[in-house]
Amino acid sequence: MSLLDYFRSNKKPNTASMAKERLQIIVAHQRGERDAPDYFPQMKQEIIEVIRKYVHISEDQVSVQLDQNDNNLSVLELNVTLPDGK
Amino acid sequence: MTQIIVVTSGKGGVGKTTSSAAIATGLALQGHKTVVIDFDIGLRNLDLIMGCERRVVYDFVNVINGEANLNQALIKDKRCSNLYVLPASQTRDKDALTKEGVGKVLDDLAKDFEYIICDSPAGIEQGAMMALYFADVAIVTTNPEVSSVRDSDRILGMLQSRSRRAEQNLEPIKEFLLLTRYSPARAKTGEMLSVEDVEEILAIKLLGVIPESQAVLKASNSGVPVIVDQESDAGLAYSDTVERLLGKDVPLRFIEEEKKGFLKRIFGS
Repeated sequence: MSLLDYFRSNKKPNTASMAKERLQIIVAHQRGERDAPDYFPQMKQEIIEVIRKYVHISEDQVSVQLDQNDNNLSVLELNVTLPDGK
Repeated sequence: MTQIIVVTSGKGGVGKTTSSAAIATGLALQGHKTVVIDFDIGLRNLDLIMGCERRVVYDFVNVINGEANLNQALIKDKRCSNLYVLPASQTRDKDALTKEGVGKVLDDLAKDFEYIICDSPAGIEQGAMMALYFADVAIVTTNPEVSSVRDSDRILGMLQSRSRRAEQNLEPIKEFLLLTRYSPARAKTGEMLSVEDVEEILAIKLLGVIPESQAVLKASNSGVPVIVDQESDAGLAYSDTVERLLGKDVPLRFIEEEKKGFLKRIFGS
């Protein structure tokens, strides 16, 4: 940076911290998929199909996640956002 | 015991070949008999970076197919007597690399060499998978930039699930981070992910930080691995990286912004 830049500079947003946040999210997501068993995508799809039989939802209203703890315990977390109108 | 080291990244253009050439040369300069193999079938470039492109007669695929023996295909480095290059084929496609074929060549090389450096192609196709399959150590080359970091994480997943060590339930591949094209000044102003940021996201051991350097292009222009240029920051940073690979504890250099002189401050660089 030269002296001229110094006078011109006003506070720029810190883009590195944005990059870091975005990466932490995407990497956590990637790692979740990596550790999941092979049948997981299929199972997730079928769960969504079953719910769809009863309520109209889109795929992004359902989150199915498998969390693995250190002590041999896996938790299947199913989160469905149901639409307002019944 | 021979060590097989893969230099990998997922993303292209981050410095795999530059790093492979530098690290192989560094190991050889330290007295270790080393061979560096180009796994980028169809797009060979390691020969250019090593400056031996005019001496390529036979290649890796010729050896796998039994059209030439290893001694015919290995190119002895001009500068360093215990360094050899095994070039990639320019004409075949990446499917020419089979697990059996690559395994056999690596076994034969292991009889003669202490270090086998596998320069992986970009992507996650056959060539890249073969480069990492037999590895004992992985050097994950990463730029401080979002797409490179994400791809590095993907490659870490491959190392942990698709390698020989993973398939045979052996001790996992040792994974190291090599951060390349790092610009301390930009990291300081928050324009670039810092060393600590990338370390935290990927959560693997840091092997080295190579600063963004004009020496790298000069080195590739002249076909001399940048580590030979011991006047340059990048060359010295690669030397430190090799020392760490050999188990020595060397402090990081070139991760702080260099001080600018009075004139540079006024007129810019």
